[in-house]
Amino acid sequence: MNGLISLVLAATLGTAAHAADLTVSAAASLTNAFKDLAPLFEAANPGTKVLYNFGASGALLQQIHKGAPVDVFASADQETMDQAQRKGLVKAEQRRNFVSNTLVVIVPSTAANTPKAVSDLIQAAYQRIAIGLPASVPVGRYTKGVLEAAGQWAAIESKMIGANNVRQVLDYVARAEVDAGFVYATDAALMPDKVKVALTVPTTTPILYPVAPLPAGPNAAMGQRFVDFLQSASAQGVLAKYGFGRP
Amino acid sequence: MEGAWVALALTLKVALWATALNLVLGVGVGYAMARWRFAGREVLDAVFTLPMVMPPTVLGYYLLVLIGSQGPVGAWLLQHFGIRLIFTWQGAVIAATVVSFPLVFKGARAAFETVDAQLEDAARTLGIHEIAVFFRISLPLAWRGILAGLLLSFARALGEFGATLMVAGSIPGRTQTLSIAVYEAVQAGQDDVANFLVVLTSITCIAVLLAAGRLVPGRVAPRD
Repeated sequence: MNGLISLVLAATLGTAAHAADLTVSAAASLTNAFKDLAPLFEAANPGTKVLYNFGASGALLQQIHKGAPVDVFASADQETMDQAQRKGLVKAEQRRNFVSNTLVVIVPSTAANTPKAVSDLIQAAYQRIAIGLPASVPVGRYTKGVLEAAGQWAAIESKMIGANNVRQVLDYVARAEVDAGFVYATDAALMPDKVKVALTVPTTTPILYPVAPLPAGPNAAMGQRFVDFLQSASAQGVLAKYGFGRP
Repeated sequence: MEGAWVALALTLKVALWATALNLVLGVGVGYAMARWRFAGREVLDAVFTLPMVMPPTVLGYYLLVLIGSQGPVGAWLLQHFGIRLIFTWQGAVIAATVVSFPLVFKGARAAFETVDAQLEDAARTLGIHEIAVFFRISLPLAWRGILAGLLLSFARALGEFGATLMVAGSIPGRTQTLSIAVYEAVQAGQDDVANFLVVLTSITCIAVLLAAGRLVPGRVAPRD
């Protein structure tokens, strides 16, 4: 009975973040690697608990802009972090690029057709192509950049199934609800039995992930330590295990 | 803002189709549950009421697994008819129908249970066919309760978000309903679009509630 009461009390009163909590808003593509990093960081900083909020970088930025109590922001592209900087949410001198990634086209592992080039996606064999929404999802922005440079955006946009983050693209392809999708190489590597990488797509701008502490965050000092930690050899080792490259 | 009107039209289309389907399904099942006695009736009632209490994401996942191109129903449809439901407005209708079904079903069952069975029996003794008994006695007497359920179901379908997003995605002009358009605008930081959409949605909902008050005086809204 006492246990039940304390559970209810904890559930009702314990919603405010503790002083020792570190809240990290990170791009969806970082989900698995960052979850592995939490115990390492917590071991190095006893008493600190890392709380993650994963999503499309653009959506995370909107939450922070509207006042979400976040200590660290890790985005999947420079554009989103630039916006954060312009809004005065992060400082230019505190930004660090900590990993790089690659854009790939994936198809369901059961697919009959595999594109040999991005231009193949214009063919009728590809009816539905999952792409992150360029307005808020970095992988969609990279994809749109590549297709626009190749003059194929208009043709492919009509087949586009917009996704709210890169993992949704991965899910759509894994369920074979779309014929192809644009994700990062690190995402494709998570489901080798359900999706296959058809081709690697060179992007118009390099895929570099920036991270920065948020001076307005409730635990900004620890935020800076997390940013430093991401560049340490142990953290880079975990990130490399998931296929992220050096910046 | 043209996209907002397209989203509104699509939202109304999806909600109307869902309500029409529920008129048939909800009234049929409600009548069966009110009139027939069989083992496990209350268990079945609970199952039919589940969509009202379950998180829409759970329903969305069930639907995705069921009608997805690799699901048992979805694979069959794709193989025999070449029909894909995921990422279509028809998929959105299915999601909205499932989510709002209990509102019609519950209302119809309660309404049929208040209809005096003796009136139906009297009609039968006069030699009226069973189908005619339903349409000429039971349905007219239960109509007010059913209409209230239908209006609630229409309102619920208008606001449906979670299951619809999972099943139909968010394709502007094809499956992007008002609620999903708002979500997307906020995620992208397009506050002006979001503002317009939420005002449009609020006005639509008020209009629906006022219409409900006129259609079912004294039931959904007070009579003036």
